[in-house]
Amino acid sequence: MDRRSFLKVIGTAALTAAPVTSARARSNTVDTEFSGILIDTTRCIGCQTCSEVCAELNKLPAPEVEAIDEIEGFRPTTPTQLTVINRFENGDEEIFLKRQCMHCNQPACAAACPTKAMLKTEAGPVIWRADRCMGCRYCMISCPFDIPKFEYDKAVPSIRKCILCFERLKEGETPACAENCPAEALLFDKRRDLLLQARRRISEEPDRYVHHIYGEHEAGGTSMLYLAGIPFEKLAMKTELEHVAYPEFTKTFLYSVPIILMLWPPFLLALNRATEKENETTIENEAEEPWKY
Amino acid sequence: MEVLTDHPVHTGNEKQNIRQFLKSELKPKGKLITPFNVLASVIIALAAVLISIRFSRGLASVTNLSQEFPWGIWIGFDVITGVAFAGGAYVLTFMVYILRLKKFYPIVRITVLNGFLAYVFYAGALLLDLGRPWNVVNPIIGNSFGVSSVMFLVAWHFMLYMLTEFLEISPAIAEWLKMKKAVYILEKLTLGAVIFGITLSTLHQSGLGALFLMAADKIHPLWYSEFIPVLFFVSSIVAGISMVIFEGSISHKVFADRLSMRAKISHDDILYSLAKICAVVMLVYFSLQLLVFIHQQNWKYLETSWGAWYLTEIFGFVLLPAFLFARSVRYYRRLLVQISAALTLIGIIINRLNISVIAYNWQATKHYIPSWMEIEITLAVIFVEIVVLRWIVNRLPILNRFSGTNY
Ligand code: SF4
Ligand code: SF4
Repeated sequence: MDRRSFLKVIGTAALTAAPVTSARARSNTVDTEFSGILIDTTRCIGCQTCSEVCAELNKLPAPEVEAIDEIEGFRPTTPTQLTVINRFENGDEEIFLKRQCMHCNQPACAAACPTKAMLKTEAGPVIWRADRCMGCRYCMISCPFDIPKFEYDKAVPSIRKCILCFERLKEGETPACAENCPAEALLFDKRRDLLLQARRRISEEPDRYVHHIYGEHEAGGTSMLYLAGIPFEKLAMKTELEHVAYPEFTKTFLYSVPIILMLWPPFLLALNRATEKENETTIENEAEEPWKY
Repeated sequence: MEVLTDHPVHTGNEKQNIRQFLKSELKPKGKLITPFNVLASVIIALAAVLISIRFSRGLASVTNLSQEFPWGIWIGFDVITGVAFAGGAYVLTFMVYILRLKKFYPIVRITVLNGFLAYVFYAGALLLDLGRPWNVVNPIIGNSFGVSSVMFLVAWHFMLYMLTEFLEISPAIAEWLKMKKAVYILEKLTLGAVIFGITLSTLHQSGLGALFLMAADKIHPLWYSEFIPVLFFVSSIVAGISMVIFEGSISHKVFADRLSMRAKISHDDILYSLAKICAVVMLVYFSLQLLVFIHQQNWKYLETSWGAWYLTEIFGFVLLPAFLFARSVRYYRRLLVQISAALTLIGIIINRLNISVIAYNWQATKHYIPSWMEIEITLAVIFVEIVVLRWIVNRLPILNRFSGTNY
């Protein structure tokens, strides 16, 4: 290989590395003005209006509202129920907790998605775009809250999850669940204001709440924030999650990609040149020199 | 066993000759009805039926995948393990073209061909697993770049790597078609392709491990660490070489008539050299695993049944084969080399499945177990690969570079 082809190798490496380097610049922006919902489990009465309006809006089968009395504890969302009310018993007390996508500030699902079908919008909702998704389900592997659900029983399956009523937000409306909650357990606002509000509630009624806002730091912060009267692990919320954004876990690897792409080719070429002299004298037959072209 | 027919002699009209030549080459060589062929056709035919069911009724109709287990053996075995097994190609091209260890030259073509086909078929099996495969071009054609995505990178590297591997075997195709000029040009490109290929392999072998980095809370701590990419890369070296040994010992029986004298003589020499490399790299791999174990302070898990399973993997399928490899080199035991290679391969399967399936979501109440149909289709993929490989090896100058051609 002469100098020109050497340059070619380097050039190709640089080209391949370019998109990666620009990715670094982009993924660092954290918009704090995301919108979200503050979910106050001490106010929720378990009427499940939210799951009903959600099903209606998304043209999904109506949830079996009565079923809740029989099931205690964790119930996940499903492809046909994007938000689910869980019921927990704590002594004689009943506690209800609404479950749905957390709309992470830096979502693992969106970082994972190879097609950018999962997308964190600037308004806050994490949306899914059918025309891009190739159904690899890597978002499901990556989401720390196990939220994206896949329609295994369909020939043309979709990933289903709450998208924070993205279409309604565009029209200037609020998410259907928050708008229709009769108990004011759901408050829709900018995340910053939600955090202030949550702190105020805790400081005004310190005995009513555990002093923790779930979602403030979990998984690097989420747009959905929770308040509760008992520790969150008793409500089947993941409390051992890292307090860093999940895309951070892949950063080291992603950073080393362009470096290897730049360094490996010249290194290998140098190695190839270095071994040349030693072997030259021992080569007797032209056909036995696959490397000498 | 297939019978070798002579290549037709070129005389007169070139074009017509090429056509005749291709026609004769397309015909099957040897007996059609052999136990292997019958078995292969039954398995492939059944898989074709199952695949059509899968595409008309959805993944649930043939797989046991669930919301808790989005990836089963089609990813964990076909893609993740299959690609590790195909690692021999980059290891051997490194030794032959970069380090100029010409001893390994006789097996480089068959290994690269094997690697190429493994990528085509095992990574191709990914299409069966994709829920919306018609969108598979999205990460490729660039309208939807997911640049912060590990999977996006792996997809790209897969593709580019297949191209470089194709370039690496293309001289064989040109030789087969007796296109002297093309052989000359393509061989000139080989070193570039090799360098690019090794770089891409480094990245996507480790990238397959990096896919699981965000599943931090889901994979059992004995298998999850931030070093998964490094472990994947190092183990892909032994996986690749062991596959070369394993596959070589089979093809030396099956394709005996295609081998050059030189290849036969050098076979043992190559075998022990590969075993030596394996022994060393496996010791490195073992030490890395040990370091990760100590670094993460994983002692507390050892008493559980997961701990026992972990120790089985690390001692039974890493340290033991490393030791056996070393012994086989010392005492020139050919069978022992093959046994060690087989143990290593099983160990790699266990390791990759542990991370992607077995120790993934280990706390789940209902764990995923593949359906017989998933296994059947996986078998079919393997059989198709073998059939295609056999077809090519029986025609192209792969095992014996100078057979049947004029130069
Ligand atoms: S909770 Fe999961 S699905 Fe929702 S934004 Fe976060 S990572 Fe994505
Ligand atoms: S399944 Fe779709 S949305 Fe999820 S990661 Fe894959 S392409 Fe993205």
